[in-house]
Amino acid sequence: MAVADASLSTRPEKSWYQKNKLAVTPWIFLAPAILFFVVYVIAPIFQSIWISFFEWDGLGDAEWVGMRNYVELMDDDRFYTSLKNNVLWLVLFMLAVPAGLAVALFLNQTVMGMRVYKSLFFFPFVISQVVVGLIFTWFYNPNFGIVGEIWSFFGASPPAILADEDLVTYGIIFAGLWPQIAYCMILYLTGLNNVAADQIEAGRLDGAKGWSMLWYVVLPQLKPATFIAIVVTVIGALRSFDMIAIMTQGGPYGSSNVLAYYMYETALSEYGYRMGYGSAIATVLFLIMLVYISFFLWRMYQDERGGR
Amino acid sequence: MFQRTRAALAALAATSLLATTALAGDLVINFDDPNPGPKQGFEDAVAKFKEENPDINVIVNINDREAHKTAIRNFLSADAPDITSWYPGNRMAPFVDAGLFEDVSDLWEEEGFGETLAAIKPTMTRDGKQWGVPYTYYQWGIYYRKDIFDDLGIEEPKTWDELLAASATLKENDITPFTIGTKFLWTAAGVFDYLNLRTNGYDVHNALTAGEIKYTDPRIRATFEKWQQLIEPGYFIENHATMSWQDAIAPFANGEAAMYVMGNFSVDAYKNAGLTEDQIDFFQFPEITPGVPRAEEAPADAFFIPSGAKNKEDARKFLAFIARPDVQSEWNKTIGQLPINSEASVSDDKFIQEGFATVSTASGLAQFYDRDAPAEMAKAGMEGFQEFMIKPERLDRILERLDKIQERVYK
Repeated sequence: MAVADASLSTRPEKSWYQKNKLAVTPWIFLAPAILFFVVYVIAPIFQSIWISFFEWDGLGDAEWVGMRNYVELMDDDRFYTSLKNNVLWLVLFMLAVPAGLAVALFLNQTVMGMRVYKSLFFFPFVISQVVVGLIFTWFYNPNFGIVGEIWSFFGASPPAILADEDLVTYGIIFAGLWPQIAYCMILYLTGLNNVAADQIEAGRLDGAKGWSMLWYVVLPQLKPATFIAIVVTVIGALRSFDMIAIMTQGGPYGSSNVLAYYMYETALSEYGYRMGYGSAIATVLFLIMLVYISFFLWRMYQDERGGR
Repeated sequence: MFQRTRAALAALAATSLLATTALAGDLVINFDDPNPGPKQGFEDAVAKFKEENPDINVIVNINDREAHKTAIRNFLSADAPDITSWYPGNRMAPFVDAGLFEDVSDLWEEEGFGETLAAIKPTMTRDGKQWGVPYTYYQWGIYYRKDIFDDLGIEEPKTWDELLAASATLKENDITPFTIGTKFLWTAAGVFDYLNLRTNGYDVHNALTAGEIKYTDPRIRATFEKWQQLIEPGYFIENHATMSWQDAIAPFANGEAAMYVMGNFSVDAYKNAGLTEDQIDFFQFPEITPGVPRAEEAPADAFFIPSGAKNKEDARKFLAFIARPDVQSEWNKTIGQLPINSEASVSDDKFIQEGFATVSTASGLAQFYDRDAPAEMAKAGMEGFQEFMIKPERLDRILERLDKIQERVYK
């Protein structure tokens, strides 16, 4: 760069762009991405917050109602059910992280045909969530599903998991865990490839084995993988939409709803079209996500500043 | 404004008489049932229409029913077809209110539909105008396994006590009296509607769906009490919340359940499940409160002209065409339902015959809970019905919640 500048210095005047090249060029390259991010992500966020102050059916005129949608939300049983289920999802979905780690450790060995086993374990993440939901719906069917078969084998009458308000959410989370574990597993498998062999060796010399080896030597090196696994699992739990839409549609009587599906139901489904109310739910969901995301961004920032 | 459009339309119609070929263009129709029977009926009717109007180029889009329900909101405002199928009653209300459907009162007047389509006129009317033309409807009632009833010596119940007695007999013989699949909720609304129509009558049904009486009203409670008499002894099949209405046919077909509160569209499915014509039969939902005039559920399907249609003139021609007795007779014979035109002839299928006897003598025709009540209320109500069927002890809480929602929806 310096060489180029020197050769140009004979010219009487540099153009503005040439003077500010270093500062401007990154922005030019970023511009398309920023433009689309603003149009398709940032603007809709504010748009839906704005809509949440209206009563609107999506067709006619919107009526300004101020905070009424939020006041109504505070008094809505379905909303609390959905919120509770969201928390359940967040907590139980975290099981995917240790489970994924366990599977990854198990698969991280050199055996003939290991790649085939790895891809088989990864398979549930590749197939569509819709298919996973459908398969588990059949599993859970008390009349012809595998669960029903097992129960009848022991002479018990099988539970209708997807029709029982106390079991239904656990049933769906369990189905959702299957592909999520595969996802975490693949993250850990790539992480395990990068675990330094010399450190393992050193640990072994110092007498570490089994749990202590895992905890003090391997896991710290897997920290980046763990971080990503937790982030994608949190986001996955909050977006748990497809499973619910396929397996129960929020039923029975709304007891397996989560905020994302409840929002869809009130704003866009057959009996909904309350855009304002749906947007209010979306706003609440957004705020919850914001807490998590800012926390993780803050952590990431801290880590980078600390040089780790 | 309305007068002016009408005048303009009349002028258009007049000129078109002289130069039909020149003016006629494409006629785009969106239809919402790709199942073999309904599709056949629709396509036959379109073929006949084409034959009579060779100059009109009919373009047909057949969509899946659920997809149509979502798509209609987009295509009505963005890229309107000339005709679309949709449902009357409260289901058409949002589009009528938003000015997305064309007022076709003129057509009703010209063609004398007030006479021939009288049965469905009230539900096609909003703000004193008619917004579409219905082409079919069907009865609801109790479909039952005649062979099982005959085996156990049960007669078709005529009263509530007889129904309870029949159910008790079935239960004693290890047959669940009623099958039902409430996963998609509306099937439970069918049972509720009938219990309510028989306990309290047509006016209470209308008052309830119009938001004029509360769900905690003693009359509505009485309806739930009757329902409780079926739920408590286990007269409904278990696990119904996991099943769609089609799934619920399996126990009916293999003899685990003997009755099904359903619409006539289900007959095809029974036959596909392996039941023969002799094994199944139909009876009207029995009387509960003596003296309450018998009203029936008879949902209708209709065609509408979007206000953004480009070829409204030919669209009106098509609507007039589908209301004709000969067209409705033919169409409904194909799809196994009832024609609305009172001059049309009814198929000699036994279910259609019984259905015709049922609805033509009814004192009032209800559309269905989710068509008579506004969408939001319907959703909450049907969830309440499902919850009641699983946890009947929560009745009070459910009714209070419904009251709360009712208050807001109808404000």
